[in-house]
Amino acid sequence: MSQPIELQKDETFVLNVGPQHPATHGVLRVKMTMDGEYIYKAETVLGYIHRMHEKMAENRTYPQYMPNMGRLDYLSAMAFNHGYALVVERACGIEVPERAEYIRVITVELNRISSHLVWLGAYVLDLGGFTPLMYCFDDREQILDLLESVTGSRLTYCYFRFGGLYNDIDDEFITGTRAFIIRMRKELKMYAKLVTGNIILMKRLQGHGIIDKDMCQRYGATGPVARGSGLNYDVRKNEPYSVYPELDFDIPVNDGCDSYARYLVRMEEMEQSLRIIEQALDKLPEGPVNPEKKPKLIKPPSGDYYAAVETARGNFGIRLVSDGGKNAYRLKLRSPTYSNMHLFDEACRGMLLADALAFMGSLDLVIPEMDR
Amino acid sequence: MSIQQTTIQALGELFSDQASAENGAEKEAETGGEVDKSDQPRQNGIIEQDYRTKGFHLDVKISADQLVRASQILFELGYFLESITGVDWIKEEQLETDYDFSRYDFDLCRVVIRVRTPRTDPHLPTITTVYTGANWHEREAHDFFGIIFDGHPHLIPLLLPEDADFHPLLKDFKA
Repeated sequence: MSQPIELQKDETFVLNVGPQHPATHGVLRVKMTMDGEYIYKAETVLGYIHRMHEKMAENRTYPQYMPNMGRLDYLSAMAFNHGYALVVERACGIEVPERAEYIRVITVELNRISSHLVWLGAYVLDLGGFTPLMYCFDDREQILDLLESVTGSRLTYCYFRFGGLYNDIDDEFITGTRAFIIRMRKELKMYAKLVTGNIILMKRLQGHGIIDKDMCQRYGATGPVARGSGLNYDVRKNEPYSVYPELDFDIPVNDGCDSYARYLVRMEEMEQSLRIIEQALDKLPEGPVNPEKKPKLIKPPSGDYYAAVETARGNFGIRLVSDGGKNAYRLKLRSPTYSNMHLFDEACRGMLLADALAFMGSLDLVIPEMDR
Repeated sequence: MSIQQTTIQALGELFSDQASAENGAEKEAETGGEVDKSDQPRQNGIIEQDYRTKGFHLDVKISADQLVRASQILFELGYFLESITGVDWIKEEQLETDYDFSRYDFDLCRVVIRVRTPRTDPHLPTITTVYTGANWHEREAHDFFGIIFDGHPHLIPLLLPEDADFHPLLKDFKA
């Protein structure tokens, strides 16, 4: 939407959204300068849940730092496990057994669906629809039960190990996951009927929160935000890692550039994740889940290393600088919503306050991951 | 021509005034084996890295005054900025700032730009004029390392408290 009125700078007032506001889904504060109901500018204030994870990496050994990965993005913790495991494996040259790679993909994709389900339920709740939240959390509960049976935790997973996994999956998990795929396909059809075609939802999302390709490039937006702007960018395809090249799946892209486009991208992504899980279960080889040869002490040779993975929210990158010691010399976590939220100020100018909150939800924010 | 070659060529303009022979010799020595560990500081220039073991393709070291031009070149080639971060090399009395760039298309090429500044007086030009999204990344690097980005529109603490006067990722930081 173009600016409906000429905004007057000298007639503005400041509206404080957060840090405890239901629409920000966490402790995020936005200082909005308003001209009436229209936003003149929005300054985001971060750091309410900043825990300095990067300093913690310098004070503990590499295996000791793995649990921190579950505390960054509590909805998509498995992908963060994967990113950290990848960078250390790359640095130390550790080979991962094939079975472990497939199980990694299965658990990461299950976690992606559960993350999108929370987003869907909470987003529609923001927009005033209560019922879908209940269905979403019911479906998500199935995933949490499955993942709990293999990882031992429901949310803050610490499942990956360098070169392998903490635990092998059993037949119960496989049959449970297959049953879940059948169930989820039905549920996705139900969501399409219940939510996607809803006229109120469409009116509130279509044409609002425009993010174009140029803006994505200037801010470094990734994940469904970039894909909702017509950029065919997904780390799983653009920079293949693990066994993703051997699986057949599509990257949903939508040229709409608005909140509705991002909504559609995420809904389609859940279906693609189901496809990935199904294929990975079919192809799952026998064998060990941990490598036979693995260094006792993880000490990457000095130098710097980079690894990126696709989390539910976008590109998560880790830059590891090692001096050859048993602790990291420097570890930088590049989190996706940090860049995605940054463009909020530019994109929301001239919007109505109510539309801006609907737009903020479409960015799928997880604050602990942003603040680190 | 692959995007990697195109990028090397485009970035080559930054190093045209240096002795190219010296550059070439360095590249040969470094790609041949282990990274040079001698006390000699690394010269400005481009090193091609092995993606499988390192995770990035081009390792570019430049000086602070070339930074804005370098980011312009990368922006025009379609790169997006992933992150900006610092590394405190306390033994060498230097602060390194790393800029990570990646691409949206399927020509995979990751570029790292490194700039070193003296530890006591770390000043860098801002690249927010090229990449708007550098704003927060630069504020974060300022929070954690005290690097001052000249020309930054709003260089106040982002993740740390608003009255923070400490820089926790410096190696001599004591809580």
